[in-house]
Amino acid sequence: MPNLQEPDRPWLIRTYSGHSSARASNELYRGNLASGQTGLSVAFDLPTQTGYDSDHPLARGEVGKVGVPICHIDDMETLFDQIPLDRMNTSMTINATAAWLLALYVAAAERQGVSPDALQGTTQNDIIKEYLSRGTYVFPPEASIRMTSDVVAFTVAGIPKWNPINICSYHLQEAGATPVQEIAFAMANAVAVLDAVRARDDVPEATLGRVFGRISFFLNAGIRFVEETCKCRAMTALWSELGRERYGIDDERMLRFRYGVQVNSLGLAEAQPENNIVRIALEALGVTLSRDARTRSLQLPAWNEALGLPRPWDQQLSLRTQQILAYETDLLEYPDLFEGSHVVEARTEELLAAARNELQKVLEMGGAVSAVENAYMKQALVESHTLRIRAIERGEQIVVGVNRFEETADSPLTADGDASILKVDDSAEREQIERLLGFRGARSDGDAQAARQGVEDALKNGDNVMPASIRAAHAGVTTGEWADTLRRVFGEYRAPTGVGAARVTASGEGTATLRSRVDALSDDLGRRPKILVGKPGLDGHSNGAEQIAVKARDSGMEVVYDGIRLTPEEIVQSARDEGVHVVGLSILSGSHSLLVRDILQRLDKEGLGDLPVIVGGIIPDDDAAGLLAAGVKRVYTPKDFDLSRIMGDIVDIVGEATR
Amino acid sequence: MSQASPGQVTRLLEGLAAGDRGAISEALNLVDDRRSEQREAALELLDGLARREAPHDPYRVGITGAPGAGKSSLLNALVETLRDAGSGIGIIAVDPSSQRSGGALLGDRMRLSGGARESGVFLRSMAARDRLGGLADATQAGAAVLSSVFEWVFIETVGIGQSECEVAQLVDTLVFVAQPGAGDTLQFMKAGILELPDIFVVNKSDTGPVAERTRNELASTLGLTGDVRDETWRPPVLLASARDRVGIDDLLATIERHRAGGRKSGRLEARRRAGQVAFAVESLARRYGEYGLERVGGAQGVADRLASSPDGSVFAAVLDLGREIEGGRAGS
Repeated sequence: MPNLQEPDRPWLIRTYSGHSSARASNELYRGNLASGQTGLSVAFDLPTQTGYDSDHPLARGEVGKVGVPICHIDDMETLFDQIPLDRMNTSMTINATAAWLLALYVAAAERQGVSPDALQGTTQNDIIKEYLSRGTYVFPPEASIRMTSDVVAFTVAGIPKWNPINICSYHLQEAGATPVQEIAFAMANAVAVLDAVRARDDVPEATLGRVFGRISFFLNAGIRFVEETCKCRAMTALWSELGRERYGIDDERMLRFRYGVQVNSLGLAEAQPENNIVRIALEALGVTLSRDARTRSLQLPAWNEALGLPRPWDQQLSLRTQQILAYETDLLEYPDLFEGSHVVEARTEELLAAARNELQKVLEMGGAVSAVENAYMKQALVESHTLRIRAIERGEQIVVGVNRFEETADSPLTADGDASILKVDDSAEREQIERLLGFRGARSDGDAQAARQGVEDALKNGDNVMPASIRAAHAGVTTGEWADTLRRVFGEYRAPTGVGAARVTASGEGTATLRSRVDALSDDLGRRPKILVGKPGLDGHSNGAEQIAVKARDSGMEVVYDGIRLTPEEIVQSARDEGVHVVGLSILSGSHSLLVRDILQRLDKEGLGDLPVIVGGIIPDDDAAGLLAAGVKRVYTPKDFDLSRIMGDIVDIVGEATR
Repeated sequence: MSQASPGQVTRLLEGLAAGDRGAISEALNLVDDRRSEQREAALELLDGLARREAPHDPYRVGITGAPGAGKSSLLNALVETLRDAGSGIGIIAVDPSSQRSGGALLGDRMRLSGGARESGVFLRSMAARDRLGGLADATQAGAAVLSSVFEWVFIETVGIGQSECEVAQLVDTLVFVAQPGAGDTLQFMKAGILELPDIFVVNKSDTGPVAERTRNELASTLGLTGDVRDETWRPPVLLASARDRVGIDDLLATIERHRAGGRKSGRLEARRRAGQVAFAVESLARRYGEYGLERVGGAQGVADRLASSPDGSVFAAVLDLGREIEGGRAGS
């Protein structure tokens, strides 16, 4: 069939990557660009994301694990060595410390001789979803929104091609959001930021349209890819509706819904992991099929993400999947495939109507910031996630290779065990710290101190923090120092965990059996079994810990859960003071070996060496064996989706320890 | 793990005297244990603690209020202020139990800054279990354990209604935390809650006029109802902001004033005695039922017994009365 329309331009093809050190990541980036990747997507390690230098005690075991450590201007320059920044489009997954990493990026560009107005890229800078899902927040919501709006105001004026904020519904879906929740909560987050920017004195009313036009989104794409297509279409419609009605914008170009996508990691399975290759390709279809609602940039995860860190070859496969879709198929040649499809239109309308209602509800309770503080959104997500896990446990939601069609031939892909994932060398942390100490020794402390004072003054006087931060970047201030300055001014924040008010959802025969086993154990113990659910380290992905906490409560146990980012010391104190019968630790950042051993040793020192400890997370087999040998009772990985079985194990373990 | 063993009580008494945190935790486990022999050991331990000269003059403060009012952050601010002044602090935080599963989600409330936990702050969360009032079975006994070690003991409860009555009985000062603009003053009044607290605090004073209005509403409602409990103390309505650390010193000073006044007027002692009677009655009724309680003369009989032996501890009395009921049962 002849096609009258111009073919669509391919989306930006990226891979979310970075690890070990700026030097190692730079080599990886240059390799990826050479294989046809058209943009960069930087993954920072957790200390960088939460504002700690690599030598901070909380950073132990986390340096270079889930991304690249960037402590200062030299690290940033090394990261983009031989990559001309005026010709690159860089997406940075950075939130609480977004203003700082952007300042380092601008400073590094200036040292390349590139002026800020030539830069293109994105800072994620969406703090609200950090409170709800990802957990790398540092400051209280109000202060965070101010930092976000500083970045928006600065870039709209000074880096016109920059996307200052990428509102992420991605992480909401990872935390369990239904499509309606994903749409509504993302829009509520955008409204919170836009309202804050509109209220600023330094943003004239006339530029509000441009601000609106610079706001981009970051969506998730799940395996129900037809519904996902409808979701993208619904968001496109709702966004332009919001722009017109709430902000009075009528310029069509500014009203366009621009979004990037990382396809779903939540649905990637550890069992028969090669099936993920197919899942990823189908999920990519969901966000590229509809031309009118097509993604602007796409990142695909690697098939073995549920096993550990992907190797270069694994990332290449994801890159090739995109390239086949963009260059080999005829997808880009057609106008929107769903024009006139009443089926897709009807589903889109349904989602739209439900999302409008949900958005209205959040706005009526005072908007997204209030709905974080009163835990409304968090509770809604925890509940949806609980329902999803239960559906998988019962086989109502089919996951091939996990709860159906489980038989499998031996896979040559994973035959070599842990050779099928990338291991970050422990020497990476040591070397990074050595470089940091060298950097601090070589800079002028007086200049750095003065520059920090400049940042503090800007914060207190209500000036935009960006110019002072760029000066601080040049003066050799480090990531930890910059963030400490903000901590001093704003204080630190803890978000509600959302589990406290989650309704009991468990029922059925399995639950009844489990509860009577817990009751019997309670009689033996003289009181109800009490479990401490702990999340040590900087990793903020709390879904697993939350689900365990809720399930344990529903099974009749008493659960102590204090939220994310606890030091081993705090966890051991809590285990002792609270008089628990068992400790469950959840770690997804790859720092499990170090942190768990540390906790075991401290328990021993407290005379609690007999207290049983179980661990859950993305833990490679070799590491699991090591942990079991060190005294951990059980290790659970993503393939252990049956929470009832885990609860049964806990009853056994506590029973044994008591005997 | 926590089998009652000969010598356990002696060992725990020594550990508690030394302020050993492992011993505090084990003692709290013991007083929470429902097995018969553990219960006897627990009462012996508590009796031993009651007979011992306390190293300081412990004081108990209850913190209560509707969910979301900011009780935890206010308590956090109080505790940090007291800790920085060098006081030892024990906290019992009570959360509701699920009626269906019997389980409970605890914690998620205190996060003290600056590695506070090891420096003289001890936190134990408890589930309210099957008690309607919202207070844990073991709260009273737990408070007695913590009082033997720390100068300040705080009991934080979630909820509105019945739990205030119970917590009022086992603390020396009850602080009610109100949320600005929640419009719940009338609800409080209906529930009879306004009659119990000794101090009202409108938190989140950083909300400005809204907080101010709530304070005025509360103050005038209190003026209307009057306070018939005690002519020596009119419950004040304070403003505070846990977030901005405003009004915390004022709240502490008010608590101290309530304490000094109560000691002088004899109110404090009367209140503690009434609390002990309530504990004894509850404890016996829970274990032996109303029928068992009647065997020792009901609530009045228990009160008389406690009054007649002012030197003995309430825990020893409960132990004795329990044996009497059991003995009577065996005899009949």
